[in-house]
Parts: sequence; C-alpha cells; structure tokens
Amino acid sequence: MRRTGSSYRRRDKYLRFVVPALLVIVAVIIFPWVFTVFMSLHDWQVASPRRWVGLANYANLLEDERFRAAIGRTFVYTLLAVVFPVVIGVAAAVVFHREFPLRGLLRSIYILPMVATPVAIALVWTMMFHPQLGVLNYLLSLVGLPPSLWVYSPQTVIPSLVLVETWQWTPLVMLIVLGGLAALPVEPMESAVIDGAGAWQIFRDITLPLVMPFVMVAVVLRTIDALKAFDTIFTITQGGPGVASETINIYLYLQAFSFFRIGHASAVVIVFFVIIVACSLSLLALRQRLRWA
Amino acid sequence: MVHRQRPEYSRRDVLRSGAALAAAAAIAAPGSRALAQGTPAAGSDFDWQRYAGEEIGVLLALSPRSDLLVEHQPEFEELTGIRVNTDVVPEQQQRQKQVIEFTSGNPSFDVTAVSWHVQKGLFGKGGFLLDVREFLEDPAMTAPDYDFADFSQAAINFATQPDGRIDTLPYNIDYWILYWNTELFEQKGVAFPQTFDEMVAAAEALNDPGNGIYGFAARGLKNANTPVWTSFMQGWDAVPVDDQGQLRTTEEPAVAAATLYQTLLANYAPPGVVGFNWNECQTSFAQGTVAMWFDGIGFATPLEDPEQSLVVGKVGYGLQPAGPIAQHSGTFGDGLGISAQSDKHGPAYFYAQWATNKQNQARVLAAGAGAPARNSAYTDPEALANLTVPQEWVDTLIASGEIGLPSLPQIVPVTEFRDIFGIALTNMITGADPAQELAAATEQFRPILEQSQQ
Repeated sequence: MRRTGSSYRRRDKYLRFVVPALLVIVAVIIFPWVFTVFMSLHDWQVASPRRWVGLANYANLLEDERFRAAIGRTFVYTLLAVVFPVVIGVAAAVVFHREFPLRGLLRSIYILPMVATPVAIALVWTMMFHPQLGVLNYLLSLVGLPPSLWVYSPQTVIPSLVLVETWQWTPLVMLIVLGGLAALPVEPMESAVIDGAGAWQIFRDITLPLVMPFVMVAVVLRTIDALKAFDTIFTITQGGPGVASETINIYLYLQAFSFFRIGHASAVVIVFFVIIVACSLSLLALRQRLRWA
Repeated sequence: MVHRQRPEYSRRDVLRSGAALAAAAAIAAPGSRALAQGTPAAGSDFDWQRYAGEEIGVLLALSPRSDLLVEHQPEFEELTGIRVNTDVVPEQQQRQKQVIEFTSGNPSFDVTAVSWHVQKGLFGKGGFLLDVREFLEDPAMTAPDYDFADFSQAAINFATQPDGRIDTLPYNIDYWILYWNTELFEQKGVAFPQTFDEMVAAAEALNDPGNGIYGFAARGLKNANTPVWTSFMQGWDAVPVDDQGQLRTTEEPAVAAATLYQTLLANYAPPGVVGFNWNECQTSFAQGTVAMWFDGIGFATPLEDPEQSLVVGKVGYGLQPAGPIAQHSGTFGDGLGISAQSDKHGPAYFYAQWATNKQNQARVLAAGAGAPARNSAYTDPEALANLTVPQEWVDTLIASGEIGLPSLPQIVPVTEFRDIFGIALTNMITGADPAQELAAATEQFRPILEQSQQ
C-alpha cells in the first residue's frame, strides 16, 4: 500500500503527541525497572565494587528464612488490614446511607482519620500504645479489662498495627460503598418490602449483591495499600519487637537503606512487584466475574 | 548569585601530597598526638576572610548540638564571610541521605556530621571524606588557637582511620552511664551499685511491679539494644570483634554479658521493654517508674526539665558499674567531616574548624547538649558557671572519659551487626537461651563480616 502525503502528515502529528509521553514513560518507568533488574543481578554494596552474580540474589532470597517469614507476615497483615476496614466500612456506609439527624456532620467527623498524615497518626498511636503510660490501657482499666502490651509484644503487635490501619482507612471504604449505595435503584428494595422481606434479607440478597462491584473496588484499593504499608509500621515499631512486625517493605527498607545491599534489595523489589501484580490481577479478575455473574 | 570559585586546596592537590603525608600517617596513627602537637604556633594574623563570598552546604543530624551550631552560625558567617546553608535532618534519614549522595558522586553538602560508631568503617572504606591532616598542619588553614591537642585521646582515636587518615574533626563523645532515681533508692535503703552483681541485686530490691515501679530499664528494641550488650561485655574486658577482625560473640564473656542483659530486662524491666528504644526508657524513667536506666549520657537536659520530667532533682548520674574483670564506659561519638567530592574543601574546613573550636565545645557542655570532645570544655569557667545540668553529671562524664572504650566494633557492616545480634537479644528477653541465640546470630553474621573484609 502506498502512503500518501497526508497520511505521513497525520503520522507526524501523531508522533508529536506520542513521543513526549513515550520519553517520559521510558525515563520514569521503563528505565528504573530495567535498571532495578540489572542491579538485582549484581552483588552491589555501597563502597564496594559491583560484581555480576546472575540469579544468586534471587536464590539467596529463597533460602532466607527472614525474607520468607516477612512474606507470610505481609499476607497476614494484608488480610487483616483488608477484612476489618471492609466489613466495618460497609456497615458504616449502610448506616450513613439512611437519613438521620446530623448525618452530614457525623459523616464528616467519620472521615477525619483518612485525611490525617500517617506518620503523625503513627506517632500519636505510639504514645497511646505505651504499656504503662498510654491512654489505651487506661481505657481498658475503666471497663475492667487487663492491660495489653499492644505493639510492645510479638504476640499482639500485628493486631495492634491493624487497629491503626483500620481506624485510618475504614472511612475510605465507607465513602466508596456509600457512593455505590447512592447509585442503586430503589425499585428492587420496594418490591422486596412489598413481598414481605426483612431488613437483613434485603441487605443480604439485594443490597449487598448490587453494591458488590463497589466493595470489590474498595477491596482492591485496600489490598494494594495494605501490601505496601510502610510508614505506620516503621514509625511505630520499625519492624519489632524483634522481627515480629517486619513485613516485606520493612525488610526491603533495611536491606536498601540501612545495610546498603543494593543488589539484594533490588531482587526483593522485583519479587515484591510480582506479588503485588499477581494479587491485583487476581482481585480484578474476581471483580469482573462478580460484575457479570 | 554567588560565584562558585575553585578553592586553593582542591581534592587533587590534597591527593598529590598524599605521599608526603604517608610518613606523617605512620607517626600519627592511631592517636595522632604528634600531629596534634604540631599545630601552628600562635599568631594574630590568621586570615578568616580568605574564602569570603563563598557558599557551602552543611548536613547535620537533628540534636541539641546541631541546634547550637545553627544558633551561632551567623557568628561564623560574620567571621569568615562564608555563607552557610545548613540542613538538619533526623539522624536515621541523615545517614541515608549521606550514603546515597556520596554514592551519587555529587553530594549536596560540603560538610556533614558523621557518627563514628555507625559510619566510620563504611565512610573510611568508601573514601567519602577528606583527610584533613594537611590542613591541620598548615598555619594558613588552621587558626593558631584551634589546638588539636586539646581533643581527648579517645576522640582522636575515633576520628582516625586505621590507615592513619583523620577524616573528621571530633565534636561529641557519648559515654554510657547509669541513671538512678535517688528517691527510690533511699526509700528502699539501697546503695548505688558499683558492680554488675550489685546492679542486679539493686534491680531486684527496687523492683515493685505491684506499685508500678520497675528495677531497671534499657533498650530492648532490636538494633538499638545491641550497644547495651556490647557495653556490658566490656565488664569482662571483651569485645565482640577483635583487632584481627574475628568474631568473639560466642565466647564466655559475650554469653555472660548477654545473660546479664537477659536477667535485667526479662525480670526487672517494665512490661513491653522488648519494644523499648531510648525514648520509651526515658519516658518511663522521667515518670519515676524506673529505678535505674542504662543509656547514653545526653539525657540530663530532659530529665532535669520540670516540663518533661517528674524526677527533677532526684536523678543520680553514675558510672557504668564494673564487671567481674574490668570497668569501662561504652563510648560512641560524632565528628564533622568534609566531603572528598566537594570542590570547596577550604571553606568547608573553615566551618568544621569553627564548629569544633573551644568556644563551641564549651557551649555544648553549658547547655548539657552532649559531651564535648575537647578536654578544655570541662575546665572552662564560663561553661561551668552556666551549667544547666547538675555538677554530678559533669563529674560522671569526666570519670567516664577515663574509662571509656568504643562499645561497637568499628567494622563496615556495623548496622547488620546491630540488627542481627539485636534480634537475638530481643529473643532472649522473651526467654530464648543466650548461648544458642548468640551462636545462631554469629553464624548468620559471619559471612557478612567476611565479605566486607574482602
């Protein structure tokens, strides 16, 4: 097929729009990734010469018990940090969907934790968690419960961190689901009421299935967010006590910015990236199935 | 706009003169007393304005000492005509920023604060900092009243690399001491412990969890807790890594020190100590709920501040107790280094020289902001007259200086050392066997150490 002059001109115009964006993508996404892969194939430490090691960094990761434990911990933390905000957030959305006095004011107050700076929040929670001087144990004592060690015990550190995460990010889930509820048709609910369905039946069999695509959006966002959680954990526990709250991100941070093991840390980045992509794709696929079910 | 001039002393010039300095290094290392005494004779015509119009960047770690430097910076700018842009960053972030920028080959700063106990090995291996010996010997670069010999021997040793290079000017020495609540001790009729055994006995006698009082506190959080153990180890006159670079972390003194750590923190420390860093310990001690606290000497100011502390006037400052074999004080420290990659070595050296002069060191003491590296600060009448902390603190500081030894090994992977052995120590608090934990940590750390030594 012969190209006419006008088609060349069209392509020129097309390129003029595409090339700048392409250059930016290459500079800020593709090059860093290629370079990270390159680094992950080297034994590369600050103040030491770089040495090609092939896939040795990845093999070392497989044998690294601490890394494997960090992966397991990350999944546990993510699961809890998704389930609690989603369950509470959906319930809160149902409540705030109803008309009641001061609803607007209470809804605004409810979303306040979400707009606060995570590190500032973490510092406040750290003080609240203090076993002897923190306000949380004081509150427990008011209702006759024994004190807890919160983030100062390997057994309770993950649930305590999830508590912070839940407090901060439940409002986001509520907002997403509330938007979904507002967009739902009212006719199915009216029909159900006429047919004699109870409130729980209506919620379980009509409202929840209809709003499920929105819940899945919240689940996807929360999962990605919880998987990459760093600031709160690092500020409150730095991965401790011991390694009891050391997630992949904390492990990665230590390797890259405390131990300056650049090659090893790059391999962690690649593995972590694969995990995040796999989780995200699985959830998106699930969402598609739910939408068209 | 400030024109960036090439300094009279470039990095190339300094490197070129390296051969001449090699002989000096042989004499100077590791103590450099000979070099110190070679400080130029007094003269009144020192040209502080030599680099007037230049502009330099300074990167400091957040601390009361940095606050003092920033507060008095206009004094330096007026004296020299050099403009200073100072960044003060929290310690952890400052350390990362330094390494990343040094590795980039083009750091944004010309002068930076260096934690010897963490960075000396890495910075020495990387050659990140300028060897200042030539400047120290040059009457045109070092003011006659600078008096390098005034720095304590411990500080000079810290500032000197194993090959003789002096790549920092000493600024602060941090000795570990035992803070004790005199009121709680008096109530129970317990005397201040002179030995480790007495310290355990005192912790047991003073421990009263039913009334919210605990006998002892120290860092339990991994990484932060390792210096507690290595300082205890000094009581057996032992070090974790010997002069030949061999790990001594499974030998009897190491296990005994770890057992002491476990005994104190598992039995007599507040619940949750496993997650305590210095700030949690400080809070507990300042609230009067802890009888003894073992940590660095720099906490007198908050403990004597009525707005932050409930134990004002009730704090005793005691030496690190003696072990079965020896009595030492775990020592840490900071200096100011000049980026080897800077093209403003001269103005940067002027700043480092000013920051570590006698007047600024005396200011550190008067403010209770740390332990000056200069001997003269402790006899400075003005500093002593303006003390904001008890005299006992100064006495303990001086006494600690006489028995001070570096607590952490001066190796490149010191952060990994702290991390791996810190986890082992944390496990001990929750009941793990010290000997087994140390053996496992040693096996884990050995290849990292060996790789760094290649």
